[in-house]
Amino acid sequence: MHAFDYASPSSVADALKLAKPGSAFLAGGTTLVDLMKLDVMTPDRVIDVNGLPLKGIRLHTGALHIGALERMGDVAAHPVVTATHPMISRALLLSASGQLRNMASIGGNLMQRTRCDYFRDVTSACNKRLPGSGCPALTGINRGHAILGTSDSCAATHASDVAVAFVALEAQVVLRNKDGDRTVPLEDFYRLPGSTPERENVLGPGELIAEVVVPTLPWARNSTYLKIRDRQSYEFALTSVAAAVNLKRGVIQDVRLAAGGVGTKPWRLRQVEEALKGSVAVERTFADAAESAVDGARPLAHNAFKTSLLKRTIVRALLDAAGVR
Amino acid sequence: MTTSRRQFFGQAAAVSAGVAMASPAVEAIAAAGPPGGAGLVEVAFKVNGERRKLSIDPRVTLLDALRERLQLTGTKKGCDRGQCGACTVHVDDRRVLSCLTLAATLQGKEVTTIEGIADGDELHPVQRAFIDHDGFQCGFCTSGQIMSAVKIVEEPAVRTDDQIREAMSGNICRCGAYPNILEAIKQAKGGER
Repeated sequence: MHAFDYASPSSVADALKLAKPGSAFLAGGTTLVDLMKLDVMTPDRVIDVNGLPLKGIRLHTGALHIGALERMGDVAAHPVVTATHPMISRALLLSASGQLRNMASIGGNLMQRTRCDYFRDVTSACNKRLPGSGCPALTGINRGHAILGTSDSCAATHASDVAVAFVALEAQVVLRNKDGDRTVPLEDFYRLPGSTPERENVLGPGELIAEVVVPTLPWARNSTYLKIRDRQSYEFALTSVAAAVNLKRGVIQDVRLAAGGVGTKPWRLRQVEEALKGSVAVERTFADAAESAVDGARPLAHNAFKTSLLKRTIVRALLDAAGVR
Repeated sequence: MTTSRRQFFGQAAAVSAGVAMASPAVEAIAAAGPPGGAGLVEVAFKVNGERRKLSIDPRVTLLDALRERLQLTGTKKGCDRGQCGACTVHVDDRRVLSCLTLAATLQGKEVTTIEGIADGDELHPVQRAFIDHDGFQCGFCTSGQIMSAVKIVEEPAVRTDDQIREAMSGNICRCGAYPNILEAIKQAKGGER
């Protein structure tokens, strides 16, 4: 591990002052410490933000507010979250392990790096880690990689589960910098790789995620998060779908859908949502609508199975969320 | 004179402690190290109820601090990457991975390791249950399994076999002692359901 200065400020202002190019904020450490050990991340200053007052889970002016330093396990178990936004709780509980969920913060979860093995191996080329060095995944082992939002530079998936639920629920992130706060929809927080896969989000240098704000959607109580993976627990998604359905007399009034494991960022399925609105909630309708989920998909040599797996995951998630099984 | 397995490992640990003594030198290099390099960090926290104070390189994990500085070798280094659970300890009463926790972040915290859960000579009920059900083979993952299980036994929402398996999924056992680990946890939770 490369050497670094360590600081543990107790105010956000001090933390922002300590930030500089090449510094990193440390919360739960489950990504940062791991990647520092692998020399994938080599900050020369680590700013421990765990002492900052970025905590709290509360309903306020029609939205659920989650402080960036709340831990995954605490958010998953919070009675307000389980009552109003069950898909958030579900997505969190299907992530990582009990120990990791006790450590990892919500802000850190959104900032976690891809699990692409080439990214994590400093002896490999990787456009995300070393811009311009190439992408061995495009022609190498790419079974776990993305089929949506990829470019000729990168096909790495975004690894977060809860970000998929957040995107489905149109959550926003509050970003704090020296000049104040700005609020960005989480969907727009993430960038597509394009020719600059090293720039994963719109966070400025020395800017912190302060909180996540999730609008309350009364019908999102009928929601689910379905995760398909190689083993039943403690594994990243091959495909996952966050689904919420507003049904009236068996007809879909409104619907929210987003997918994980298939995109270079958490992937909102707007075209599927549009196809479903006004339709009768039966399996056939779900299957027809799911076809458009993979429009524009660019499968690689080993991950073409994700196109059919994604469509089937959507159908099953809709069946669960609509309770029409 | 015969040497027991435990005595042998005790001697082996003394040898590895000799190797570990190199680490302050490494820290000194880091302290004087490259531009932007790190100095030592003073950190005070409790381990198994005892106040400990360390002057450490901020790169040192809790796992290495426990094993190499505090001679608490019951906590094991499996993958050292947050994937196997062998290094599980409690920090402020929550189970966490000591290999992904920087010791410098622990100012004022309370750490509990496998050495701290028995009541004197009286084993913790989870330790007793692991012995009763033979919940291990080689034993390398066992301290982590037990530290996880101690917290799972306290969780009222974890009741069924499947819920216990899911809650324990962050602790890998290469010997495959899972069925007996499950039985041990069921006993510690208090009887059949």
